[in-house]
Formats: sequence, structure tokens, C-alpha cells
Amino acid sequence: MKKLINAPETVVADALAGLAAAHPDLVSVDTANKVVTRAGGAVAGKVGLVSGGGSGHEPLHGGYVGYGMLDAACAGEVFTSPVPGQVHAATKAVSGGAGVLHIIKNYTGDVLNFRMAAEDAADDGIETAEVVVNDDVAVQDSLYTAGRRGVGATVFVEKIAGALAERGAPLGEVARVAREVNERSRSFGVALTSCTVPAAGQPTFDLADDEIELGIGIHGEPGRTRAPLAPAREIVETALDAIAADQPLAGDLLVMVNGMGGTPLMDLYGAFGAVSASIARRGARIARNLVGNYITSLEMQGFSVTVCQLTDELTQLWDAPVQTAGLRWGR
Amino acid sequence: MDAAFFRAWITETAAVIGERRDYLTRLDAAIGDADHGANLARGFGAVTGALAGQETPTPGAVLKLTGVTLISTVGGASGPLYGTAFRRAARSLGDETDAGLPALAAALQAALEGVRKLGEASEGDKTMVDALAPAVDALARAVDDGASEAAALDALVAAADAGAEATTDMKALKGRASYLGDRSVGHTDPGAASTALILRALRDVAARHDTVR
Repeated sequence: MKKLINAPETVVADALAGLAAAHPDLVSVDTANKVVTRAGGAVAGKVGLVSGGGSGHEPLHGGYVGYGMLDAACAGEVFTSPVPGQVHAATKAVSGGAGVLHIIKNYTGDVLNFRMAAEDAADDGIETAEVVVNDDVAVQDSLYTAGRRGVGATVFVEKIAGALAERGAPLGEVARVAREVNERSRSFGVALTSCTVPAAGQPTFDLADDEIELGIGIHGEPGRTRAPLAPAREIVETALDAIAADQPLAGDLLVMVNGMGGTPLMDLYGAFGAVSASIARRGARIARNLVGNYITSLEMQGFSVTVCQLTDELTQLWDAPVQTAGLRWGR
Repeated sequence: MDAAFFRAWITETAAVIGERRDYLTRLDAAIGDADHGANLARGFGAVTGALAGQETPTPGAVLKLTGVTLISTVGGASGPLYGTAFRRAARSLGDETDAGLPALAAALQAALEGVRKLGEASEGDKTMVDALAPAVDALARAVDDGASEAAALDALVAAADAGAEATTDMKALKGRASYLGDRSVGHTDPGAASTALILRALRDVAARHDTVR
């Protein structure tokens, strides 16, 4: 598979160098640790927000570092969680004395590495709290799995918790709101193609031209079931049915139709039109929305739908100013 | 088995993981995210560099440096899990300069306990525990039976291989493969496969040492 890269070994470092070159006003990059921090460093008295995970999901997470969102993001290898040393370095770099919130997507590796880093931070006298995002309804949350995956709701958690931290709220409050956003959010993803990890060189799975994979995560891992390709409105209906079976689609909603990296914006808007019509039929209201590529899987074709049941507080925090490479408004 | 022997084991492991990198990644592509071989190869490559650059006078020192380096270079779940395994084994070996079979058996038992606790995995969950646990048991039995070093390590490897092979028919209950549910059946667990390779390297280095001795 063709890729616009220099070499598989340097793909993450090259992307980080480019991010730093494109947005010197927003971020600076610690190239040794592969950590993206806000330009200007730690903000005294403000809770620091650190997230991170495998690379290949851009703009997540480095693209969400900046005013009103993250203070730092740790970039792992492609689809591989960062190591404790990276998270520890990020935590120290953004600690302004009010504690640091770790925003972790629920994958075994991410959780293990962040918790090891939290212990190291505690040795330095830095208080941390964690929120583990697990919004993917495609995975049964039971004793028989590693629990639900963290996917699209991560963007909502980072934005909304980031807004509250910017207002000067204490660590406990920021963690509470982060967990509330996660609890109120559900996601479902669909792939039309697989994707190719640069170091592997081969697509992670094979899909026939007339097949789609339902219930995918964000790592090119196969989903739970395979189905024949269908019109977008039917695929959207399947996704919303899966979400509604888990949490009612009611009241004011924040809805994201997210591209997996290789889906034209035209198709994403087509999907959002179907989502919008279906949610209206189901008696709920889309109060806020995002349509575009916000949490991707390299060049995969496909999309995910994430729905968050808003409250007045969450809507206000969503609307608060944000200035990052990936999300910008109000400032 | 002295520090030089343990360094030879880890060096052999790095070579084997490097050779079998694509095999491990293919296993991971089937039920995970296609990075296990690349991640372990990067980690053990870093370990080889660290061992070349630092004094490791005891078996415990060799394994501690191995564990610390894996944690700081591998990432994913396998970094903390393998890192913890080697660190626990190192702690079990203490300052001993020449570890016999009983000390090795105790060290691998400690490694297994560390992995079980951190990964919250049991036998049958389709993880590295399914290779490590039977291997540790087989070695302990061989030690109890007074087996020779060669026979005991053969038993270790046979049990690890059989354990890894047995994961093929299991449904994953832990880690990323658990998201697949029934679709994880029919594929060997990459972590169990790499565990079997690491233990095989131990046996192969011991066999080579024997011929030299």
C-alpha cells in the first residue's frame, strides 16, 4: 500500500515535527519524549489535562492541545499506547499545582501505562485523577471482555473537561464532569475498508468490495460482525439502533459524525443528513454537532456516530472558547 | 546460570523476536491491531543496546535492566506486562550471582504472578498467561522430580508451546482480542506465542552452553 511517509520508523516523529511547525502559536513538541504541550507551558493554578494514546488517530490527541482543551498529549507508536515515561514527562510538564487529569481511552495497554505513570507522578508529589473513556456500544461491557473501548466520546471529554479546567475548577470537579460526559455518551463505528499500519505494510484485515464491518474500534481491528454494503441511510440506522438500544436517544444531543480518515466529507455530510432525519423521527433534537475527521484510523474508509445527552452545564462548556489545531471557536 | 548466561538468553530472545517479528504481527493482525511483532522487536532491540552499555553483574541485574527497558520502549499492554514479568523475576533472583534451576523456577513463578496481577488475567482467557502458567508448572514439577537442567528446560518449552497452541481454540476474555468475541476463536494469541519464543530462547541458550561446557 502506498503511503505519503518517509519511513515507517519515523512516521510519528515526522508528524509531530510538522504539527510543531504548523502551529508554533499553539503547541511545542518535546521530540525526545514525543509529547505535545501547550505553547507557554504549565498554567499556574489550573488543573492540567493530559491525554494520549497510539498515533494514527489524528487530530486526536496532539491536535487537541491548546486553550480550552488539553495541556499535553503523548503520542505512542501507531496504534500503540505511549509508555509510562512519556506520560510522566507530560504530567510534570503541565503540572501547575492544581493536579493533573489523565484522560485514558479504555484499552488494556493505555490503562496500564497511564497508571504506571500516575504512580511515578505521585512520587513527585503531583496529584492525578483519571477518567477512562468507554463509550463504544459495539463491545459488550461484561466480565468476558476488557470492557468497552474508548472512541469518539474522547473528543467530547477532552473539550468539555478542558473548558471547565480553563475556568479554574478544582481537579475533583474536572474529573467529575469528564466522567459525566463519558457516561452520557455512546458510539458505534462502521468500516468500508481496513487500514494499513506503516510498520506492518499489509491491511489489518480483508474486506470484500461488497462487505462492511460493523462495530469497529479505531485501530483497524475487525468488528463484531460483517454485513453486505447497504445505502448510507440503512447503515446509519443500524448504528443509531445499536446506540439507542443502550441509551435512549432523547432530549438535547451533541452528535458527531466522524470520518475514519479515508471518507470524503461529501459522504460524511450525507451520513449526517441521515442521522439528523433519523434522530428527529426518534423524537430527540441535535442541539450541537460535529461533522468531519476528529478521531481516525489512518486511511480507513468508514465513519462513527457518537451521541452525548447534553445538560445545560455540558452545553455551556461545549460552547466555551477553544483554540487548538483540531477544534477552534469563540476565540 | 550466571549473569553471562542471562545476557545470552536476552540477546538470543532479541534475535528470535527480530526473526519472528512478521509472524507475531500477523497473529496480532488477525485478532488485534497488527503491532505485537514490531513493538517487541523495538523493545528487545533497545534492551540489547542497554545491556551492551551497562554493567549487569548478576542475573537479577540483567533481568531488571531488561524489564525497565521494555516498560520504557514497548508501549501497549505487552510493555508493562513483559516489563513487570522481568522485573518480578529480577527481584526474586535478588543478588545471587549463579542461579540454579530452583531459583530460575521461583523467578518464573514470580514473573507469572506479576503478569496475572497486573493484567488481571487467568488461564483460559487467551493471553500470555496461557503459555507462561503451564511452563512455570512444568519447570516446578521437573525441579521437584530432580530432573536434569536439559530435561527440565525441555519440559518448560514443551509446556509453553502446548499452552500457546491451545490458545487457538480459546475465546479471548482479556485484551484487545476480547472485543471480537467468538471471532477470536481459531487464532493463536500473539502474547502466548511470544512468551513461548522467549522461553524457547532460554532453553536453546542453555543447550548451547552445555555443549560448550
